[in-house]
Amino acid sequence: MNESRANDLNGAPALSVRGATKRFGAVLALDSLDLDVRHGEVVAILGDNGAGKSTLIKCISGVHRFDVGEILIDGQPATINSPAAARGYGIETVYQDLALFDNLGPSANFFAGREDAGPRWLPRPVRVLRRRSMLDSTVDVLERLQVSLPDRSAAVGLMSGGQRQVIAVARAAAFASKVVILDEPTAALGLRESRRVLDLILRLRAEGHAVIVISHALDHVTEVADRAVVMRRGRKVGEEIPSPDSQQRIVALIVGTSAGAAASPP
Amino acid sequence: MTNLASVVPTDASIATPPEPRDLSDERQQRRFRLLRLALGVIRLGPILMLAGLVVAMALLSPVFLTTGNANNVLAQTAAIAVLAIGQLMVILTRGIDLSVGSTLALASVVGAIVYSHGGSGFVVIVVMLATGAAVGLVNGGVYVWGRLPHPFIITLATLSIARGLALQLSGGQPKRGVPSIVKTIGNSSFHWVPYSAILVAGIGLLFAGMLARMVWGRWMYATGGNPEAARRTGIPVRSVLISVYVLCGLLAGVAAIITSGRLNAGSPTAGNLAELDSIAAVIIGGASFLGGRGNVANALVGALMIGVIRNGMNLLNVGAFLQPIVIGVVIVLAVESDVLRGRLEERFRVMQAALS
Repeated sequence: MNESRANDLNGAPALSVRGATKRFGAVLALDSLDLDVRHGEVVAILGDNGAGKSTLIKCISGVHRFDVGEILIDGQPATINSPAAARGYGIETVYQDLALFDNLGPSANFFAGREDAGPRWLPRPVRVLRRRSMLDSTVDVLERLQVSLPDRSAAVGLMSGGQRQVIAVARAAAFASKVVILDEPTAALGLRESRRVLDLILRLRAEGHAVIVISHALDHVTEVADRAVVMRRGRKVGEEIPSPDSQQRIVALIVGTSAGAAASPP
Repeated sequence: MTNLASVVPTDASIATPPEPRDLSDERQQRRFRLLRLALGVIRLGPILMLAGLVVAMALLSPVFLTTGNANNVLAQTAAIAVLAIGQLMVILTRGIDLSVGSTLALASVVGAIVYSHGGSGFVVIVVMLATGAAVGLVNGGVYVWGRLPHPFIITLATLSIARGLALQLSGGQPKRGVPSIVKTIGNSSFHWVPYSAILVAGIGLLFAGMLARMVWGRWMYATGGNPEAARRTGIPVRSVLISVYVLCGLLAGVAAIITSGRLNAGSPTAGNLAELDSIAAVIIGGASFLGGRGNVANALVGALMIGVIRNGMNLLNVGAFLQPIVIGVVIVLAVESDVLRGRLEERFRVMQAALS
């Protein structure tokens, strides 16, 4: 599936960022940055606090706009000026706070703001919810992603941190046709729960999604990412194929040149 | 830096890890089931409390379970129940409306004045509803467009303003006379069931359906559950909030119709402290004060419970001063059970993480 999809699109990356620059007052948050993410590829974005990772994904997901630079989706220029526009291009983002509704069940969470309801001739707010069909498609997505939940109708607030994270990721996956962005998906999770989220990321990749992961957990990155892009002071300072061997070099890139020289002399 | 997890090859990580569920011991499972049962009981709390109350009253007073007394309780509770439905929607979205009692009085007085100038029954009812909705629009509008951090203050202000207006317009005296349709709604019964109670049941069904089955109702729950996430998912949070106060005001207008009919007058002092009764009913009905949780049926049960306590204590000849004390205790019980629910759910979460 992954292969065929890439061929259909003549190998154009699912998402390309070209010459992205973003300034907040005197702070240069992004400095002519380029990034490509292909279908069926997991790219990790690494960097210390303040490196510009969050600004980058906020621009891609429509919260901010680049001052200079452009975004291409499947090789076509895209105008992303709001979160809704980003969603329209098939980009879904899972923020660190997950943005879940603890008082609602998984299905209501999946469809929040895009409820399936009818009849069509009524104005949207007074349409009747198609609860059955929403539950069915939620169960379908969860099964496709091999996510098991103890109770599919229980409020999300009753679930563990890992289950909540999985639901947030699955929600993004369900509606993203092209790109899924994950901000620190394993930050608050235990070992076993991280495991489930990482497995889920691999399944997204297998389904042909382009996945961007921001993470500080290097071993998690090593496990799931095809490429690791390291940012420092708004610029891309390096790229590595993550493996246990390259971890030292990645750390050096994150921390800075002098440490890099010390760790891996030329 | 390198740990075990990172050495595991990618292929192996796709395979599902062994299910620890089978290994978890019997006792853990049993405690988990017990916890789920306790949560279920708390969820049914309001209904159970009302049932217990009714049984106790029936045993203590031979008059309590007569149709005549049931008529009494229902008629007395109708206005509070309608206000409670409105208050529920406000509390669902993390708000509070302190103005409903005063709004009731203002709508009641305005209705009586329109009637005294020759307004028909239909016109009077429309005017009462419009008055309520208008106060609600002020509440919601100032809260949302005025960017207030919380609706407490604006509804406190309209509590004062609406009451003052009602007193001003009526000269401080009840204005006698309401249209016969209003009198029928507030003061007559179908067999032993007051028309007001039938009206409340209809409105309850309508709003229960809206909250549970309609997109707008779902948006109210979403807005109360996580306003920031609601905004991000494209739910029109500001419109939802304003609508909630308008509907609450509209229902205060309905309560004004019931109360005016019962009194056969537009009274500027009607609905005094009714805002507190309506809040109490919603909380006794198990809604969370933090928003996002509660339903119409339970709010009505809460209102009925307040009615039954008042009525029962009258029947038992318990002093009138004791009634607010008992109602206060019930509120504390309701809130504590909500706290307990929170604690149990926290434990539920931890256990579930351990078991899954």
